[in-house]
Amino acid sequence: MQVFKCRVISRGKARGKIIHSSQPLSFLGGVDPDTGKIMDINHPLQGESIKNKILLIPGGKGSTVGSYVIFQMYKNNTAPLAIICLEAEPIIATGAIMAGIPMVDHIRPEVMDILAQALDVEVDGDNGEIKVFNH
Amino acid sequence: MHLTREEEKMYQGEYGETIKKSMEILVALGDIYKAEKLVNITSAQVSGVSYKTIGDAGLEYLEDLARDPQAQTRVASTLNPAGVDLEKWEELGFSREFTTHQQRIVEAYGNMDVMTTCTCTPYLIGNVPLKGSHIAWSESSAVAYANSILGAMTNREGGPGALAAAICGKTACYGYHLPENRKSDLVVELECELQGTDYGALGYLVGQIVKEGKPYFKLKNRPLNDNLKGLGAALASSGAVALYHIERITPEYKDALPAEAKDIIFVDRNKLDGVKEKLSTTTKKPDLVCLGCPHASLEEIRNVAETLQGKKLKNDLWLCTSINMKTAADRMGYTKIIEQSGGRLVFDTCMVVAPIEELNYQVIGVDSAKAANYVPSMCGLEVVFDEFENLIDLE
Repeated sequence: MQVFKCRVISRGKARGKIIHSSQPLSFLGGVDPDTGKIMDINHPLQGESIKNKILLIPGGKGSTVGSYVIFQMYKNNTAPLAIICLEAEPIIATGAIMAGIPMVDHIRPEVMDILAQALDVEVDGDNGEIKVFNH
Repeated sequence: MHLTREEEKMYQGEYGETIKKSMEILVALGDIYKAEKLVNITSAQVSGVSYKTIGDAGLEYLEDLARDPQAQTRVASTLNPAGVDLEKWEELGFSREFTTHQQRIVEAYGNMDVMTTCTCTPYLIGNVPLKGSHIAWSESSAVAYANSILGAMTNREGGPGALAAAICGKTACYGYHLPENRKSDLVVELECELQGTDYGALGYLVGQIVKEGKPYFKLKNRPLNDNLKGLGAALASSGAVALYHIERITPEYKDALPAEAKDIIFVDRNKLDGVKEKLSTTTKKPDLVCLGCPHASLEEIRNVAETLQGKKLKNDLWLCTSINMKTAADRMGYTKIIEQSGGRLVFDTCMVVAPIEELNYQVIGVDSAKAANYVPSMCGLEVVFDEFENLIDLE
């Protein structure tokens, strides 16, 4: 098991599979809150679902209403389990806290590469750690 | 970020789940923007009200929050405009379905003790912070007004962040809360006098150029309060300006000018006329004239009433304002004059956040550069930007 330090944005713990993109994501208009699928046609993950996965992205973008979309995904059971960013921005950070989704940021770029390849990851938003389990 | 012992207790959940979550939002924002601490605020102004913008997600979030008896604002807090006139929605043609959702949102805010005056001009209705006070406001035009004209200190808060600040009575101390971040970074020098829609056109032009900058204006004539309302709204919508200074007019101008003015933008009549032309998407006569962006002052309502006195309108007219101004206008007889000419005084809402695209209008006439900027994208309608006297069509 490898452990990486990170900064806590939203508290809580979650373990699961990574879904990764090197492109920032807008939740308003970019993600379908009914299915959890990415619908932004210009996004590399278009058509893929972020539901019950650990979302690994550089950061967020777009409208501030995106925070409410994250909350709605949580209500619809389509939300990601946790969110890891290089640099958190207010829209996703606020949405993650509103929805009670663990979120961390400030990982080193090389850790981003390791996480992108990992199959089983735990985000510990209580202690500021990311654990990678090797099977 | 440093938290006091009391703030730590709030953050750890000793005062319940809502205060804990609200503190988490403030701390996360503080961390993101590298704040060293929180500051106590004296006023909040909360956006994220129209059902058209926040939808079912926002409605559910707010209703969930309002169920917690701990979710109560600790400081004077007022609400941004809603998507409908909460009393005359049916006469104006808004659907029952939309209105029902909208009423639930406003009620949830009311239950949290956010004053549901539903206006973007809180500074006209008694939410008036003093110079140097820390506040958490979110409506972009009101943020520009509070920072620039009142000399209060606020960042451009998001809706949920401003609500969290209202509930905790605190906000993260960064950006415009720090005096060193309140100095201008460029000078805008006017080469002509301004009047009427010139102010909005100027704001639109400068906002596009400076983005998040802090312009320092040198004007040729003294503006009125209502002019500055329009200037700030335009600066904050074409750019993301949260603070500007005007030489010899605004409270902080003396300390605002950098030792060496880096960039100077000169603005003349030609440039302003060019902007005005670009803001209109058509030359057709508007079928709905929408005034009051930001919400009209009592004096603006009086001016419209004086123009319309004894005349009949051929096109529809909405003059958007707060319930407070509407009540005063009723007493002064302005409402009656406007209604007798065929116009309406609409309150709680405006042309930007209302679903006017559902009302069968094609061309909206506005005298606000902010409204001209947003109506085509948010409502998908054509827009004409001009002085109100040129937009109305009299019999």
